[in-house]
Amino acid sequence: MPGLVKRFSLAQILMVVLSVEIMSEQVVPFEHFALEEREVEQALARVHVRAVDYADIYFESTISESVSMEEGIVKRAVKSIAQGAGVRATAGEKTGFAYSDDLSPRDLEIAADTARYIADSPQGDVPVPVTHRPVGTHNLYPLEQPLTDVATQERVDLLNLIDQEARRYDPRITKVMASINTNHKVMLVATTEGLRAGDVQPLSRLQVTCIAEEGSNRQVGTFGGGGRMAFSYYHEQDRALAYAREAARQAILNLDAVDAPAGILPVVLGSGWPGILLHEAVGHGLEADFNRKKTSAFSNLIGQRVASDVCTIVDDGTLPARRGSLNIDDEGTPTTRTVLIEDGILRGYITDRLNARLMGIPLTGNGRREDFRSLVLPRMTNTFMLAGTSEPEDILRSVKKGLYAVSFGGGQVDITNGKFVFSASEAYLIEDGQVTKPVKGATLIGSGPDVLKQVSMVGHDLQLDSGIGTCGKEGQSVPVGVGLPTIRIDEITVGGTSA
Amino acid sequence: MHESPEVLKTLAAELIGRVKAHGVTEADVMVAEGDSLSVQVRLAAVDRLSKAREKSLGIRVFFGKRSASASTSDFSEASLKQLVADTCALAKAVAEDETSGLPEQAAMATGVPDLDLYDPTTMPVEEAIDVAQRAERAALDVDPRMTNSEGAECDSSSGAVVLANTHGFLGYHRSSRFSLSVAPVVEGSDDQGMQRDYWYTVSRKRHELEDPESVGRTAAERTLRRLGARKVGTQRVPVIFDPETACSMLGHLASAVSGYSLYKGASFLLGQLGKPIALQHVNVEDNGCLPGKLGSRPFDGEGLPTRKTMILEHGVLSNYLLDTYSGRKLGMASTGNASRSIGDNPTVSPSNLFFHPGETSPGEIIQSVTQGLYVTELIGFGVNMVTGDYSRGASGFWIENGELAYPVEEVTIAGNLKQMFQDIESIGNDLVFRGKLASPTIRIREMMVGGH
Repeated sequence: MPGLVKRFSLAQILMVVLSVEIMSEQVVPFEHFALEEREVEQALARVHVRAVDYADIYFESTISESVSMEEGIVKRAVKSIAQGAGVRATAGEKTGFAYSDDLSPRDLEIAADTARYIADSPQGDVPVPVTHRPVGTHNLYPLEQPLTDVATQERVDLLNLIDQEARRYDPRITKVMASINTNHKVMLVATTEGLRAGDVQPLSRLQVTCIAEEGSNRQVGTFGGGGRMAFSYYHEQDRALAYAREAARQAILNLDAVDAPAGILPVVLGSGWPGILLHEAVGHGLEADFNRKKTSAFSNLIGQRVASDVCTIVDDGTLPARRGSLNIDDEGTPTTRTVLIEDGILRGYITDRLNARLMGIPLTGNGRREDFRSLVLPRMTNTFMLAGTSEPEDILRSVKKGLYAVSFGGGQVDITNGKFVFSASEAYLIEDGQVTKPVKGATLIGSGPDVLKQVSMVGHDLQLDSGIGTCGKEGQSVPVGVGLPTIRIDEITVGGTSA
Repeated sequence: MHESPEVLKTLAAELIGRVKAHGVTEADVMVAEGDSLSVQVRLAAVDRLSKAREKSLGIRVFFGKRSASASTSDFSEASLKQLVADTCALAKAVAEDETSGLPEQAAMATGVPDLDLYDPTTMPVEEAIDVAQRAERAALDVDPRMTNSEGAECDSSSGAVVLANTHGFLGYHRSSRFSLSVAPVVEGSDDQGMQRDYWYTVSRKRHELEDPESVGRTAAERTLRRLGARKVGTQRVPVIFDPETACSMLGHLASAVSGYSLYKGASFLLGQLGKPIALQHVNVEDNGCLPGKLGSRPFDGEGLPTRKTMILEHGVLSNYLLDTYSGRKLGMASTGNASRSIGDNPTVSPSNLFFHPGETSPGEIIQSVTQGLYVTELIGFGVNMVTGDYSRGASGFWIENGELAYPVEEVTIAGNLKQMFQDIESIGNDLVFRGKLASPTIRIREMMVGGH
């Protein structure tokens, strides 16, 4: 079951920054992987036998670094280097795949033989020229300076400032944990269709967790952000310190939280990260693989009403510097903006090559993989609802008794029956149109094809999240974004403890 | 495909020599390699076949009380030289941490017991395809409404790991894993919609995998019984977790008693050591040296011997799960639960963690409930480990007068983990190890079910 998790683990966080040299955008030569073009052509030729419709080789090298702070000191620094290649061949609905972290021509050949296995036919002898066909015009994350030029010391200093800022916010903040993860991926894909495309993909995230204590009452608050931007982003507009204050504020607020209600209620979702609703309720259900297999609750619903007419939802991989954005997807297709639901009517799916071909529908640039070890799947990029016309204050005022949820932990969905959950981490009661007491976290549960029909008001205040989402599907994690204006859902089940 | 133990050991020892030459005071090195095969079949045809070879090495260095870690999959001379230099530079950038360091030399494992974790059987691709096809066919044959499938998957993998440190420890062990799972889809009448469920078998030995037909039939039965699921009213009732969902209670317990959660103040069980947190009949054991089990290993991620640790003894919280670092933070010795991903700092994880079985059969537990919820699936992340507040999506069956009356979905169950552990009223006699966490059926006295 796929799900979206705001990766704020109190335990520990993965790593990050890059230190390979930055290539000029979108031109990554095979030499980067110590290979010659001829060797790549030979491997592609080996896999491209008659029964194989399509084959590709994906090369990746990623350097990650993580620096983390707890108990007032920056005590951990972790670096990892991963490189390898994945070879894939498709024949009809069949996919053969192999990967290796050795990039020798011999390893590529072994991988090619394995991938070809599914075609069940002898080795071909027609060489496939890998011509350089330029793709895409996006340059969504130009970095003037490689993230690796940022000295470890600068990150250490920033984490120390975050610790002080969070503690200064309120003396009841007793623990502060923060980490900076930077990640630099260089990818290159060569296909039997003659495509050769590469990209350099920077990514970073800063996250802060605070624990507040008052007597025996202990509460937690988390916040963070990031994307495909330069490190200076965290200094601009005092963002890093604002993250620290926000995490502290949530922890302090929860000291006074009362039990959440249980049962069906009207719920107002705040703008931004609550867009996780869309990711779970409709996004996964509109990924082409589940629809080709007809195992999605949305199968066969194209052209039908799946939401109220105030809802228009898009998946857009072309937003500059966002966490979910990409110049090209992992099959070399330029990313696009895809309308999923327009005025409440289901319009389209998001696709990768295999599913677009089998379903006879357009490529949307959503073929993504976690790394060279993983198979491409149709995945979301940045998924959000377009702004409406309502005043956010009017939306709150319209509710007599309900819940106002502004921040969430994670969510999950069962594609087949469409049931999804997402769990509030900051929410309030609405009483007679007024936002009153904070309530403890509660899970909201609904049915994907039904819940958006309950959306009766959409605010004009569309916001995207701060850059923290990681989506999980078939064991693969990829960075994504979500967004939402303030909306009113007339009825949804709230899983609190209070009757 | 494997390198010989000697090649891996020599590499690890050689790396220890390299980092020593950089003037480290302490260090450890992990080298791992593995092979895997995964076959996915859908509606009888091969959907995906994937094969992989992987290797990775990680180093952790200490300069006094400063430390850093790094890993790479590139074993070339140039890469290793760079890695060692970068890691040493990184260590000098972080602050001193008084608690850091390797375990005491005297605590290191002195031998590597054979826990029977490795089966050298290789599964040919044709056999994996056949096993997956048989399991899926058995599922689809159960009922004419079983017309679709997410597929059946048969995986096998094996790997070896070497851990070496500057105390002179050099441990090697290898293990294998075989698994088969099936996820059929049933299409009901128009108002019933579709349902999907699954079943699986997993083991360290090829011959211990359950028979594909029986896995397929179980998956089909679990899927069919969900047809026509509905919501129930919001109410406070007894809740029974089936063995699969009951394991999640052990998962929450494991994070709450992890030394890292405790010293960070991020556990709802803070300050509860030695106190009763459950009724007398509740016993939870962690045991890393059970032969052949999925959570067993001959030494932990720091090279300490694994062992048996009682977490709950007659309801009393008797031990935490610790590695060296978190143990020192709490003034205690490691329990041999250090877990390592290559090139990262140790963290704590359970080995084989399980409830001791009770005397009651699952049927009797269900019969003991007049009105309640029998939970077979949980979704979402609605658990706050700091406060224990719990609210998750659930599906399962409504119990009426001691019988499973009809399937339920789109409801939440909510409470607080502290209370839920106090409220474990019955533990079944149906303990089966199907993973690192294993639980019999358990009954919780009462939780809030959120529905319509």
